[in-house]
Amino acid sequence: MAPGTVPKSFGDRLFFVVTACAAALVLALLVVLVLRLTQYAWPAISRFGLRFLVDGRWDIGAEQFGAASSIYGTLITTLIAMLIAAPLGVASAMFLVEMAPSWLSGSVGVALELLAAVPSIIYGMWGLFIFAPFMANYVQPTLAGWLGFLPLFQGPKMGLGVLTAGIILALMILPFITAVSRDVFRLVPPVMKESAYGVGATTWEVTRDVSLRYGVAGIAGALFLGLGRALGETMAVTFVIGNNHALSASLFDAGNTIASTLANEFAEADSDLHRAALVELGLVLFGMTLVFQLLAQLWLRRVRKSMGSRR
Amino acid sequence: MSIMQSQKVSDDVDATAVAPTSKIRARGLSFWYGGHQALFANDLDIAEHRVTAIIGPSGCGKSTHLRVYNRIFELYPHQRAEGEVQIDGTNVLGPTTDVLDLRRRVGMIFQKPTPFPMSVFDNVAYGLRLEKRMRRSALQERVELALRRAALWDEVKDKLRTAGASLSGGQQQRLCIARAIAVEPEVLLMDEPCSAIDPVGTAKIEQLIGELRERFTIALVTHNMQQALRVSDYTAFFFEGHIVEFGETQQLFERPAEPQTADYVSGRFG
Repeated sequence: MAPGTVPKSFGDRLFFVVTACAAALVLALLVVLVLRLTQYAWPAISRFGLRFLVDGRWDIGAEQFGAASSIYGTLITTLIAMLIAAPLGVASAMFLVEMAPSWLSGSVGVALELLAAVPSIIYGMWGLFIFAPFMANYVQPTLAGWLGFLPLFQGPKMGLGVLTAGIILALMILPFITAVSRDVFRLVPPVMKESAYGVGATTWEVTRDVSLRYGVAGIAGALFLGLGRALGETMAVTFVIGNNHALSASLFDAGNTIASTLANEFAEADSDLHRAALVELGLVLFGMTLVFQLLAQLWLRRVRKSMGSRR
Repeated sequence: MSIMQSQKVSDDVDATAVAPTSKIRARGLSFWYGGHQALFANDLDIAEHRVTAIIGPSGCGKSTHLRVYNRIFELYPHQRAEGEVQIDGTNVLGPTTDVLDLRRRVGMIFQKPTPFPMSVFDNVAYGLRLEKRMRRSALQERVELALRRAALWDEVKDKLRTAGASLSGGQQQRLCIARAIAVEPEVLLMDEPCSAIDPVGTAKIEQLIGELRERFTIALVTHNMQQALRVSDYTAFFFEGHIVEFGETQQLFERPAEPQTADYVSGRFG
């Protein structure tokens, strides 16, 4: 049956209706979700307008709400996480597929899947009790010693803060990025790699020029999966970020992300405006994910055009 | 032994013409996939500036034999070759061989076209760029030359910037040939290069093979006996990992010395 035509036989028609309903349900859920969120957030939206996005103050007592510190915190922790996890994840996937002996890639593969299955609260507890003191005692003094002239690495060396949250996030998304990239590299046809080896390329050159390019859509997908998780991760970040509504240049300072603020404050939000502001934060996060998604799609389309993959 | 006989006959014929020298000599070449032996002590000479066809039924070891010449099999940990493959008298299976250099000297074309995910130009320039830094103008010249030699230039000169994968199947295969010959190898290994190509594309590639033999030494694996007859000077008939018969193509097809060869070339099995 050609797509777009309604089938004739009863069974096929039933199948068509059932699958169409399932597809429509997804769309409907999305629309309803956005509408309801907007409705709940309306008091805050009408009160603060666009200023909500750029205002750094979040004063519950004075009922003054601005999302800037949360947006900044979300972006900077995600950026740190991606800067660490993306190259590490893709590189380890390359190693596992192209170079590692099979016993090693097998056991590392199992470890990766286990790591990906660790609940985020465990990462949070580990981050708070073990990793934060380690940051305070070793990493932050070292960073401050070498790079302390940068505002990024000045401030309290307490172990909690934006940098710690970013690194924890990196650890959390690393297994996802590695596992998906590994599958992408595995899908590169062997004959494709053979023909690159056949003109005298080294393993690194084959991986860089053929595997990576061939799998660029898949790698982008892997990175996007990590990015999405980092943007929305709540529990682990709430444990280690310090939960302070302030815009600070220092990565050592306490901060907050949209998700951590929602987790922290929703239960205690008494005033309608506070609750509305929190819902609006949620909408902002939703919008951010959407924007990232669109940018990724646009970028991919350009890349694909230049390489002409027929997929 | 009849292998010797047919070689002897071909030697006699060669003696009247200009006898080509052997570019590649395989001696006692055996091959294993893990515990399974796929080749048994193959001896084969690939004549310089000639096309040598390797024919035989599926799974007889034709491709396996070819894949030893540029050591591409070494990418897979459980594959193992024994014996010697001499190129210009030097055994390339030895530990001192620079494999990257070997693969530049011995290019390979595969069953399916494998354009890299990049533009037509970049595909052909790929091996050149690996080799050394080159000025843009020099690179362009080499790419054009390779595309001309692959009989593809006129078809793609206006779309060098488009993706290699956007060409037709036959064009893609000629693109891969251009990519392989751009680095000026001495030998071209062709592993059933037309098996995924339509008849028109196949005809073009066969014609191209005829032209390329002046510049390169060609070993061609094919399951298509007509193709072997059309394009090759010498033919080796493989069966179950053994070389049953080797000789001049005409000779082998018209007056095969071995009953097995006769059965195969007359289409009675395989």
